[in-house]
Amino acid sequence: MSLLACEGLSIGHGSRVVAAGIGFALEAGTVTVLLGPNGGGKTTLLRTLLGLIPPLAGRVLVAGEDLRGMARQAVARKIAYVPQAAPGGFAYRVLDVVAMGRAAHLPLLAQPGARDVAAARAALARLGMEGFAERRVTELSGGERQKVLIARALAQEAAVVVMDEPAASLDFGNQALLLREARRLAAEGHAVLMTTHHPDHAFLVADRVALLHGGALEGPGAPAAMVTPERLAAVYGVPAVIGELGGRMVCAPLLGGPD
Amino acid sequence: MRAGLAWTVAIAAPVAAVLGALSVGRFPISAAEFWLLVTGRGDAVDPAAAAVFWNIRGPRVLAAMLVGAALAGAGAAFQAMFRNPLASPDLLGVSAGASLGAVAGIFLGLPIAGVQGAAFAGGIAAVAGVGALARAVRDEGGDPLLVLVLAGVALGALVGAVISLLKVFADPYNQLPAITFWLLGTLSGVNRGDLLAAAPPALLGLLVLVLLRWRINLLTLGEDEARALGVPTARLRAAAIAGATLATAAVTALAGAVGWIGLVVPHAARLLGGPETARLIPLSMLLGAAFLLGVDTLARGAGRTEVPLGILTAALGTPLFLYLLARRRAA
Repeated sequence: MSLLACEGLSIGHGSRVVAAGIGFALEAGTVTVLLGPNGGGKTTLLRTLLGLIPPLAGRVLVAGEDLRGMARQAVARKIAYVPQAAPGGFAYRVLDVVAMGRAAHLPLLAQPGARDVAAARAALARLGMEGFAERRVTELSGGERQKVLIARALAQEAAVVVMDEPAASLDFGNQALLLREARRLAAEGHAVLMTTHHPDHAFLVADRVALLHGGALEGPGAPAAMVTPERLAAVYGVPAVIGELGGRMVCAPLLGGPD
Repeated sequence: MRAGLAWTVAIAAPVAAVLGALSVGRFPISAAEFWLLVTGRGDAVDPAAAAVFWNIRGPRVLAAMLVGAALAGAGAAFQAMFRNPLASPDLLGVSAGASLGAVAGIFLGLPIAGVQGAAFAGGIAAVAGVGALARAVRDEGGDPLLVLVLAGVALGALVGAVISLLKVFADPYNQLPAITFWLLGTLSGVNRGDLLAAAPPALLGLLVLVLLRWRINLLTLGEDEARALGVPTARLRAAAIAGATLATAAVTALAGAVGWIGLVVPHAARLLGGPETARLIPLSMLLGAAFLLGVDTLARGAGRTEVPLGILTAALGTPLFLYLLARRRAA
């Protein structure tokens, strides 16, 4: 049984349908990359899969159970969400932020206890962040903050990890580190679903790639089949080249233009 | 600042405020006498001072602490829930509603207990009205907080107009001074009965906030993130608003509309113990109790006539608030 699946899904807000006829399944140990233009509905799809907005049609199945009938806490035990690490916000201690992931497992009136703090420390250690436990998140770099949010998702102990453009605000080096973490989560048995603006990332980490544009989802399919010059031109409206470099596929846009 | 130090300060402050408050007045009570009185060995204390302690000063000290703790605790919860450091407990109209209840009670010539009951009911009714209004106009997928705040602003303006109307029609020699004094807040004349009536709902409201404090912290992450972490945000927010409203309405009925505490004290607590709401709510309650007790002692002891609390909290709270702002920018 798939960890997360959807059938005949229509997504959107109110009466405005953003995309329809979406169906796929996420398996343990895989990374699925979702590509698409700005405004194409990537975030709307993620929010629908997380149960934050209702589907306009169709259904979302979490380990075989219909999401609609599930309590928030039950959903959070199965699906963790890693938002984009935004600057600003409250100056929380890193350990306190990671311990927030334990909310999915704690009764309503409980505070995180020794076991939860231990789980939070273990999650930080898995990302090599144990030295940051007492720091304030506002003092961290964008890459470090993103890792704190991944640690929070680990502390949540959910099999599915959904990441919304986790690489968007990161520099070149931190992007590579983040992609390595996504790969490692899959190696540890998670099903990872992430959106990105970089088709290149699909070649780096994806087992499968899906394209969301024009009100429909294409794929998921193998990266080499999904990320092609023709498809990129159709999705993003710019010509692109794809070739081999350093033993793997890379893709780059062509500027073209008036010359 | 380190957690241990923050708690030490937050516990020492109300203790010092109590000892200070007892020593001010016509029958000063020392720390040693206070100890004899509360441990049942009051025979050694001047009987007149003992009577003042049990019937007048003791209830007033406890009332001041209850009012300060409730307003500051509710303010800390509101600032977390609305993710806005400018939020105060009267954001959803509890103070405005309580004021209308009390002003109407004074206007109709009700006895003191009736005025207090009308204030309590008015505060609860105003927030319930704001909640219903927000639910009626909310659109699917819209920002629930924004609608709630705007509904609070709208209802607050309407309530303010009705209060002004009642002031225009009130008897200018008897009722108007009483209304004005009530709207500025005062604890003069608070007795044991008043305290015993206000304490259960106020403490119950505070208990709700203390028990939910870690969950309320998760609301600071915003709607989507909190829900993805497993928090049923709408229900949690309703429970926290109910607790804060219960506490605020009860102490507003007791002391009148005392402003500023709910806004300023959580900022002081944040400087002391960090932004984490689970620590901030109890720290705010302790500091709020100490602050309002100090202010009330000043109101009692500073001049020949008692200065209304609202004037002193604003006069002391504004410089404190500006100082905290400057400290925050420097940090």
